[in-house]
Amino acid sequence: MTRHGRPAPMFRDWTNTIATIVLGALLAYVAYSFVQWGVVHAIWRLPDGASSIMCRDVRGEGACWAVVVERARFMLVGGYPIDEQWRPYAVCLLFVALYAASLVRTLWTRWLLAFWIAVPVVAVVLLRGRWLGLTDVPSEFWGGLPLTFLLSTAGFTMALPFAVLLALGRRSTLPAIRALSVGYIEVVRGVPLITFLFMAAVMFPLFAPQGVNVDKLLRAQIAFIMVTAAYLAEVIRGGLQAVPRGQYEAAASLGLSFWSAMMLVVLPQAFRVSIPPLVNTFIALFKDTSLVIVIGLFDLLGAAKAVIVDPKWVGFGVEVYLFAAAVYFAFSYAVSRFSLRLERELQRAAGTA
Amino acid sequence: MIPYAHGTAPPMRTTPRRVSWTDPRVRAIAWQLAVVAALIAVIATVALQTAINLRARGIASGFDFLTRPAGFEIARGLLPFSSRDSYTRALLVGLLNTVRVSLLGIAIATSLGLLIGVARLSGIWIVSTVARVYVEVTRNTPLLLQLLFWYTVTQALPAPSDALNPLPGVYLCFRGLFLPAPIWHDGFPWIDLEQPTLVGFGFQGGTSVSPEFAALLVGLSTYTAAFIGETVRAGILAVGRGQAEAAAALGLSRLHALRFVVLPQALRVIVPPTTSQYLNLFKNSSLAVAIGFPDLMSITNTTLNQTGQAIEAIALAMIVYLGISLSLSAGMNLYNRATLRRGGTA
Amino acid sequence: MGGRESSPFQAHVDMQAVNKWFGALHVLRDVTLKVRRGERIVICGPSGSGKSTLIRCINGLEVHHAGRIVVDGVELNDDARTIDQVRRGVGMVFQQFNLFPHLTVLENCTLAPIRVKKATRTAARDLALHHLTRVRISDQADKYPSQLSGGQQQRAAIARALCMNPKIMLFDEPTSALDPEMVKEVLNTMVSLADEGMTMLCVTHEMTFARQVANRVIFIDAGRILEDEAPEAFFDTPKHDRTRAFLSQILH
Repeated sequence: MTRHGRPAPMFRDWTNTIATIVLGALLAYVAYSFVQWGVVHAIWRLPDGASSIMCRDVRGEGACWAVVVERARFMLVGGYPIDEQWRPYAVCLLFVALYAASLVRTLWTRWLLAFWIAVPVVAVVLLRGRWLGLTDVPSEFWGGLPLTFLLSTAGFTMALPFAVLLALGRRSTLPAIRALSVGYIEVVRGVPLITFLFMAAVMFPLFAPQGVNVDKLLRAQIAFIMVTAAYLAEVIRGGLQAVPRGQYEAAASLGLSFWSAMMLVVLPQAFRVSIPPLVNTFIALFKDTSLVIVIGLFDLLGAAKAVIVDPKWVGFGVEVYLFAAAVYFAFSYAVSRFSLRLERELQRAAGTA
Repeated sequence: MIPYAHGTAPPMRTTPRRVSWTDPRVRAIAWQLAVVAALIAVIATVALQTAINLRARGIASGFDFLTRPAGFEIARGLLPFSSRDSYTRALLVGLLNTVRVSLLGIAIATSLGLLIGVARLSGIWIVSTVARVYVEVTRNTPLLLQLLFWYTVTQALPAPSDALNPLPGVYLCFRGLFLPAPIWHDGFPWIDLEQPTLVGFGFQGGTSVSPEFAALLVGLSTYTAAFIGETVRAGILAVGRGQAEAAAALGLSRLHALRFVVLPQALRVIVPPTTSQYLNLFKNSSLAVAIGFPDLMSITNTTLNQTGQAIEAIALAMIVYLGISLSLSAGMNLYNRATLRRGGTA
Repeated sequence: MGGRESSPFQAHVDMQAVNKWFGALHVLRDVTLKVRRGERIVICGPSGSGKSTLIRCINGLEVHHAGRIVVDGVELNDDARTIDQVRRGVGMVFQQFNLFPHLTVLENCTLAPIRVKKATRTAARDLALHHLTRVRISDQADKYPSQLSGGQQQRAAIARALCMNPKIMLFDEPTSALDPEMVKEVLNTMVSLADEGMTMLCVTHEMTFARQVANRVIFIDAGRILEDEAPEAFFDTPKHDRTRAFLSQILH
């Protein structure tokens, strides 16, 4: 008989034994080959003055981690001026601290929300530097992890209010407002994200008045906000549907106005239900910011791609991409584990209600 | 507004009154007018500004460019194409490439996803663990990164002169995968296999799969399979344990219980989220532009770069993607409604 | 606010020929009902008869389609200000309690006074504790609704409504969702309210409560008021067959 959910003990009967042995042997072989390639025959750093020819000689047999060691800084902070590198690192720390704080449930207060708005602002100010009297670094030189963090965090925070309006609009009894909301949500969700990035890259400049040159990073950020708002709106709509009608009626019978009832009674409950899918949307956005490379911005993946265009390191894409994947994985996996745990906790809490 | 009152439209007003801002009906209309007017104002401003900008930069508008020769080459696709063919034909070739990679990707992702989902629930520790690691790694890294990775892998293959030759007539090198192709002709046995042969720096004859197509197909289907695997798992878990136990009590094998009792019930839970995964795969196929596969988005990109007519090109692409997305989800909704009607609750 | 003339003969709630439809379904048919200040009305009837709809029309949760409803001197129309004004003077208690699960009991009670009546936090808190004491759950003030029993939740809901200092209280089957042993604690709270002279309209099947507290019992069937009698007359000499059939079902 099958028991779902919980894996059974390792050996149950002879089919299990055979499957375990065969698959185990296969896995062991794969692991062995990987260790041979990635550790035993790998080159970790090039001696001073040596060229990458040394790496080329072992290609196919050993990994060339030297490319990662030598170019890690570039991948993490992009082409930011070397003398000012503390700034992107500080920005990374800020964002990591923000995410870490968001995982602690006792810190879920208004302040946390304020920090989600404040940290991206501080990040932009610090990276640019001009307003702090530091060296002015225009956004073309920003890159790597700070860009990934900035695009996803600011995209998420700024999309949220639009998403709430869209979700309420979709449930509105006013036909024109409902139609506009539904239209926006469905159109945005029906076309690839990349069309919006192309729009940001080539169409937005056509919309702007002559002489006004909107920064490319800002245009990409706007595209992410527009798209994320539509996806978040559907998440919030799901949360609104989970709030029973009695809550609206109780709020109304107390004399609360529509907006008071929404802000004080309905939305807080809808958000609580929506937290796990909101977190998942954030993870998706975090990964999707990598698409900015198609419009020529250098986030983490863009910087990685730039490394292997360098003639010195051409052909070592596997090593570079494995490194970039490890960085993305570390963040997404940590957050998704948290989201799963949270979902269980909230379910348990709902069960006792 | 009376957001709380959900009666039907009142056939009669309780008190005749003059137009007042506190009348919810007046407010409702005013709100809607205000929003629509603001929207029209924004669109009009943007349109006017755009028209000025286009004239200033000497960019043409309209869809005349569609009939002009494209002037670029596209690697062999389902339709023959040369640089003298029109932009319309180029976009059509791109669309067919998008559809081809999406359909194949959906087929592979579904089979692989089903396997992964069942493996996740396997009683054999090593099987469920391998499936779990696969799902976690795939879902927690960007798809674009995976596509670039697979493309890099194809480019690490040997040169055509040292091509791998795992089966007679099958060659694998960084130029792609080359296979024998059937050729129809008159006279017995009506069919022949044409072998690819090495000519210069490449292979000729037979059929081939380009490295770009292969990377895109592998990347899209393995990525989507991880998501489908999770919906399959959730669907199976949604079927009560009693069902599997009852099947076991009747003497059904585990495989039969899964095949005849659990999966048919789970399907109802699995289909809707899987539909949206199919849609995602279709939309994600546009990432082809990053690895140089000539799909609809790549051709659109080339078109807008060459003609400068960004608005028309992007609008066209959006309409096509939106049309296919909406019809796909409409079709799936019909299917869902049909399955719901057929059965009771799981 | 309303109630400028506090003459006991002035109807506190005055419904005249009220009609309402749900689509094609005619749920209220020419309902005419006058409730004087301080009266305690029990409304009963079979399920689907329109009794809940009737009291939900009084605070504008449902819109009536024809006829007049005057609550405490204010005629209900579809003007948002009027509905707000009426709701401020009318409290409501629901079958499913409808406490706000994300707020503590105390916060449930202070929300509307602070946001609607612009009371200060301390004033709202004092008022809330006063009413929570009155329904004897002040010790539960800092708990969340899910930590309370059904009876405690319903009493908290009553306190929440009282915090708006309503002149009229509407009860929509307040004990139907409760376990039998909790019905009494809620009914006792309602009895003490009645003793203080609150105008009450109560949809309930608790006939003991009706006998003990109500000064009129109304029987409604298929959207029409069939009986409107003092409790003794209602229980001892019902006029309609439908009423007799209903009573025999309710009273076994």
